[in-house]
Amino acid sequence: MDILIQVLTTAIAPSTAAFALAAIGLNFHFGLTGLLNMGHAGFMLLGMYGFAISLREGWPIWLAVLVGLAAAALFALLLGWPTLKLRGDYLAIVTIAAAEMVRFLGRSQSLAELTGASTGIRGSDFKAPFEELSPFADSMVEIGPFAMHGTRSSSWWLTLVTWGLVGVFALVFWRLSKSPWGRVLKGIREDEDAVRSLGKNVYSYKMQALVIGGVIGALAGMLWAIGNSVQPDAMGRPTTFWIWTLLLLGGAATVFGPVLGAILFWSGLTLIKALASAFIPSDVLAPTSLEPFSLVLVGVALMFLVVFRPQGVLGNKKELAFNG
Amino acid sequence: MADTAFETVAHEPGAAKPDAILVADGVVRRFGGLTAVNVDHFEVQRNTITALIGPNGAGKSTFFNLLTGFDMAQEGSGVFNGKPLRGMPAAKVARAGMVRTFQLTKALSGMTVIENMRLGAQEQPGENLARAFAPPLWRAREREITEQAHDLLHRFKLYEKRDDYAGSLSGGQRKLLEMARALMSKPTMVMLDEPMAGVNPALTESLLDHIVELKEDGMTVLFVEHDMHMVRRISDWVVVMAEGQIIAEGPAGTVMSNPRVQDAYLGSHHDTDLFEERDA
Repeated sequence: MDILIQVLTTAIAPSTAAFALAAIGLNFHFGLTGLLNMGHAGFMLLGMYGFAISLREGWPIWLAVLVGLAAAALFALLLGWPTLKLRGDYLAIVTIAAAEMVRFLGRSQSLAELTGASTGIRGSDFKAPFEELSPFADSMVEIGPFAMHGTRSSSWWLTLVTWGLVGVFALVFWRLSKSPWGRVLKGIREDEDAVRSLGKNVYSYKMQALVIGGVIGALAGMLWAIGNSVQPDAMGRPTTFWIWTLLLLGGAATVFGPVLGAILFWSGLTLIKALASAFIPSDVLAPTSLEPFSLVLVGVALMFLVVFRPQGVLGNKKELAFNG
Repeated sequence: MADTAFETVAHEPGAAKPDAILVADGVVRRFGGLTAVNVDHFEVQRNTITALIGPNGAGKSTFFNLLTGFDMAQEGSGVFNGKPLRGMPAAKVARAGMVRTFQLTKALSGMTVIENMRLGAQEQPGENLARAFAPPLWRAREREITEQAHDLLHRFKLYEKRDDYAGSLSGGQRKLLEMARALMSKPTMVMLDEPMAGVNPALTESLLDHIVELKEDGMTVLFVEHDMHMVRRISDWVVVMAEGQIIAEGPAGTVMSNPRVQDAYLGSHHDTDLFEERDA
């Protein structure tokens, strides 16, 4: 029973929602347009830096959100400008490198005043304005079997906001993917020369998709930071790969794929960890090895997914499967 | 199948046409030291079917890419329907009314046949990001587009397949879909890059009929082809390229007996059809 509650708590956690939102952004890139963005964590990190630094400087929260979103939009324009005219793989190389550059710049000592270097920005420096908006009690609140703080950090308030935004952006994705605009993007995903021959400005559409997906990623980064803190090393390559994994797990190019993928991925990880710590004696598997061990099992599960259901749980094999 | 428009046209490379829809001048495309295309002058008569033939490596496809904006020439200029082509990107060329198909068919496999067709249409306001959010702004146009697509699909005998993914079609059906999709934009000129490549003989006839229909509907057709039977059957005028240059022009019947054309083919690759022509 304890394990079940633990798993369900992960399933509804704000961090899970933040990852679902990030995956919705990546779904604009990959699912709709076929862009191989391998630096999604970079967009998230830029978003959280823009947000947290603005708030620390005492700017109003709406402006802080705008700064974070603008930083990601600029980043997307900068990355897309030279690479979107080239073949798809170049974008993958450039995004993975650029995301690492953002992380290394963030953790460099010379920018310590601004970004707090490798320690990042503490939650107490920027969370207050968001928490002041909370309609929940400033104490632990139990709803059903779940106990979370009403207001602070990973709270009911943040849960409400994050899942609300996941709903909003799932709706946006649904509307756009079923529109003529989304049709052009899907055409580009299939064959951009064909779309060009039909009179569409492919470069402009790819840029729009890159910016929209990146901005959604930045928003996800801000929400994740409110639940945790700004930590450059938490937004390295593994984060990007997790987002890819859960997007493909749920089903790329679908509305609910990113949401289901995030829930399955994180609660699956929690379940494996809980079961392993309950049933494997600690002299066989040290508690410190639990996390890597669970990730190995998740990796194996994903290999089965690739073999037996390459389109993901909700995906359509005829439209998009990740073995081509 | 002679067209009266060509009665006064000289049978020589770069011949002037009475009513040219497409004119190219001094087009040069080099890849490093290799000059792939070097065309002094080229005209296509409006509302006719013109074939562009030549041995492998003659530069036909490169010339095609240059005309349609998919490649950029180092030198030269072109005019399509009164609009200068120099520096015009491919998408703009298509919007100006010159659409193309590809040698290797580009059916969009992950989309249904009807979505492929709808994508071909122009002036859909819903293709703008902001307007995409408000369906009332684009639903009416979407209905028009869908109706147009259904008509074309009936004509190309793909109507029953409209909800299938394009990836499930046969090679020949994909060719038909690509041509039908190009027609969605109501072009004035259709450029077909090897429309018969990989099409089974049963479909060849209907594909030929479709191309002839394009002319009857007032369009101009320029196509690259290796199949000499097809060239003879449907083209009003034949332009022969070899080593990047236009070496001969004329009606299908006479151009093949031109000694320069025979040299160009037999000097590099034997083409059975031309062989028969010479022996006859």
